[in-house]
Amino acid sequence: MTSWQPDAKLTILRQRAEVNNLIRNWFEKRGVLEVETPVLGDAGITDPQIHSYKVEHWYLQTSPEYFMKRLLADGSGDIYQLAKVFRSSESGWRHHHEFTLLEWYRLGWDERALAQEVVDLIQHLAAVKNLKPVMTTYAECLARVDLDLFSARGKDYRNALEQADIELVGECSDKALRELVFTELVQKQFADDHITVVHDYPAEDASLAKINQKDPRVAARFEVFWGSLELANGFHELTDSAEQRSRFIEDNQQRSTDGLKEVEVDENLLAALAAGLPDCAGVALGVDRLLMKKFDLEDIKEVISFRS
Amino acid sequence: MLDSDPYSIIENEFVKPGKGQAFNRVKMRNLKNGRVVDKTFKSGESIEAADVMETEMQYLYNDGDFWHFMDPDSFDQHAAPVTAVEDSKLWLKEQDTCTVTLWNDSPLSVSPPNFVELKITQTDPGLRGDTASGGSKPATLETGAVVKVPLFIEEGEVLKVDTRTGEYVSRVKD
Repeated sequence: MTSWQPDAKLTILRQRAEVNNLIRNWFEKRGVLEVETPVLGDAGITDPQIHSYKVEHWYLQTSPEYFMKRLLADGSGDIYQLAKVFRSSESGWRHHHEFTLLEWYRLGWDERALAQEVVDLIQHLAAVKNLKPVMTTYAECLARVDLDLFSARGKDYRNALEQADIELVGECSDKALRELVFTELVQKQFADDHITVVHDYPAEDASLAKINQKDPRVAARFEVFWGSLELANGFHELTDSAEQRSRFIEDNQQRSTDGLKEVEVDENLLAALAAGLPDCAGVALGVDRLLMKKFDLEDIKEVISFRS
Repeated sequence: MLDSDPYSIIENEFVKPGKGQAFNRVKMRNLKNGRVVDKTFKSGESIEAADVMETEMQYLYNDGDFWHFMDPDSFDQHAAPVTAVEDSKLWLKEQDTCTVTLWNDSPLSVSPPNFVELKITQTDPGLRGDTASGGSKPATLETGAVVKVPLFIEEGEVLKVDTRTGEYVSRVKD
């Protein structure tokens, strides 16, 4: 069946162009340099929960992070990018396998300072009055459903899900259960007129964030939600090359446990970290989802010109 | 297939944090008892596919225990137990073409045609001036189904009935 017409209305695409302008003006005023990095990269991603497309021997990038960190290590200073990224096996009303990330890095900032800038930018772009910023932590979020992040085990998460009539079929790791509790029981309760910033993700979710020095049970990682929709994920970036390598190796161990193909670690990124990534905080914000919320749309395809 | 029952998927919602485990929240119908349930699966979890297919078949007859259908192409006959025709048996007329859902080659459920033509076996004569019942009366059809019909309809007439609502549509003139 042919259907040549776009998925998004032209009025939305015009406003999307305006939002792009607002983003560029915002960063220009603040002296942050716009960069472009390759969509096709030599290296993929080891994260067992993120799947790349492979094109011949290249990987379509799932995030511009590794290339941007190589620019930072080379002395670029503050940078941002509006990047097209690709994630295989992600599809739904708030997922599309090709989407736009606004990713930026601030030198000498920590994740708390950057989270504040994310909130300011969302409020600026949303142009919706009364969007109230709310700061919380991952542990406080779980406490809302009577769970203690630091002592809860798989069975506690399963009980919470059962009480909410969420019937889970099959085996699941404790971490996956916790993530399901968070998305289904906590995140869904975030008020629609709130921008909720969740700080202090558990250390096992650190990914590319530093571990909190005062409390090693948590990582210097935050996420930002508009209403119940996840919009952004940020880190006080890990700069220790050896630590990053061991996390990548753990990722690959998890991949083989899960029956997935291992992915070669990005040696260029690790070399850049070894050469010296300046102390910085970085964040990625889903532009398509921001537009969904701004225009009060139910499906991500309504802000994308053509869906594949 | 779940707990050895076949299901059909009605809705499938993809749930995934940016970094974290993906799940599918699935609304699905048990094809044996029609119940709709919500289940959550880890994405990528493999579930045995149910060998279920829908096919058009001609209704032949019933012997009280089984309702017999025939595939008009292969002439293969299939016997459906009462449970498979529970919702449809009052609309099944011999020779009519029905949709039969087969699971492992045996009938799981039967849907009658949307419209069937059935003869009235019993109805009271129309009582003029009886408006209290909204100008309608019950009529029993040849299959045993009872439908509401206008007062002017008489015993022995053939009616067109919508099987989805169980409502009278019109008289069928020979």
